[in-house]
Amino acid sequence: MITFAGMAYPVAVLGALGLAFGALLAFASIKFFVAVDDRVAKIRELLPGANCGGCGYPGCDGYADGVVNSGAKTNLCAAGGPSLASGIASIMGVEGEAAVPMRVFLKCKGSPDFSVRNAEYIGVRDCRSAAIVPGGSPNSCPFGCIGFGTCAKVCVFGALSIVNGLVRVNPNKCVGCGTCAATCPKSVLKLIPRSSEIQVSCNSNWRGPDVKRVCSAGCIGCGICVKACQAGAITLSANLASIDGTKCTNCGACAAKCPAKCIGSAAPEEMRKSA
Amino acid sequence: MSVLLLFIDAIFVHNILLSRFLGCCPFLGVSTKSDTAKGMGVAVIFVTVLAAVVTWLVYNMVLVPLHLEYLYTLSFILVIAALVQFVELALKKINPVLYKSLGIFLPLITTNCAVLGVAVINMKEHPDSLLEASVNALGASIGFLLAIILMAGIRERIERNTNIPRCLHGLPIALVTAGLMSIAFMGFSGIIK
Repeated sequence: MITFAGMAYPVAVLGALGLAFGALLAFASIKFFVAVDDRVAKIRELLPGANCGGCGYPGCDGYADGVVNSGAKTNLCAAGGPSLASGIASIMGVEGEAAVPMRVFLKCKGSPDFSVRNAEYIGVRDCRSAAIVPGGSPNSCPFGCIGFGTCAKVCVFGALSIVNGLVRVNPNKCVGCGTCAATCPKSVLKLIPRSSEIQVSCNSNWRGPDVKRVCSAGCIGCGICVKACQAGAITLSANLASIDGTKCTNCGACAAKCPAKCIGSAAPEEMRKSA
Repeated sequence: MSVLLLFIDAIFVHNILLSRFLGCCPFLGVSTKSDTAKGMGVAVIFVTVLAAVVTWLVYNMVLVPLHLEYLYTLSFILVIAALVQFVELALKKINPVLYKSLGIFLPLITTNCAVLGVAVINMKEHPDSLLEASVNALGASIGFLLAIILMAGIRERIERNTNIPRCLHGLPIALVTAGLMSIAFMGFSGIIK
């Protein structure tokens, strides 16, 4: 039979236990009080929260902490862009440095239409695995995009896809964090300023005749574009032309002269219309 | 049973995850990367041993003398939750480095059934000795660390294997793996009599 005393007794004991622990915690919260900088929480709120790691810190929490406590720059978050950088700068009370908005670009045109396949690869479908087999790639060109989409897997913004054996970048989704470029075993993805429209679509260091043997869309290192460029934005090193997007005026003179037709618009056709 | 045998028994024979099936949620949830698995395992060792000592004291010094043994579940949960909160506050002040490395795992463990499970097992199997109870807790939590690191290593490799049918990707293949690991750990069952 349930009596009042029979019920009150355990309730009182448990209540006393709870009260004791509550008092202990209350005491601890005063005794072990640690001042937290509220700017960390404010900056964390502004950050996109994708935890892409493009800033070089482990996730957005790490970056917010880094800005306040270890003097990280305010413009490191590529995903947030300039508006975020100025927001962080105003919280920190410093003059913000302008961030150049970047995006990623694939330096390769070697789809099966242009480039011959060397071998059939039946291992793990991951570029990093395919890149360590003898020959460096299932493609005949060891510098080009392997096309297994490891970069697309690591992209948290869903900006990359595989189309016709090559990575396609959606510039509207790409924030320029550079995670894919760091993952690619062929380093065929390159960060370029968002304003850059003309780029060299090749990554091969081979001499012209060797490039021609494996790919009909590759840079042969002839140097015609270097002479054609009025802005001095193009350099030729190791048989490969490279356009500096910050100097380039997007005039298109190099693209018109390129005999290999590997200089051209940096964004795919349909993307340019929507952008 | 000697203390050393008890220790080995808690790690291998009665592994908290693979033989007693306690704490399966972090075992599957936090085992995708070996770094985070390590963090979780270390945090579990820390909390389980502390909680085992305190719950043993609360049970034998408070509940038994007052004839309220049936309230053990409620009071153990209270004790563990308060303890984890307290440890978190104290660590933040006393040892910020350890606090950072345990990170998010510390508050997560508050409701981990492995921690409560060890406390209950201690109450039933080692009511007389605080030493036995704490050694059992240490062994059980090291067993947890061992199992979750093994699991994370296997899952990291599975992740890159594309021969697995699509329907088994992620959690299903992890559950199958956990089952196979459990069967493998049954092999330890005869080593201690």
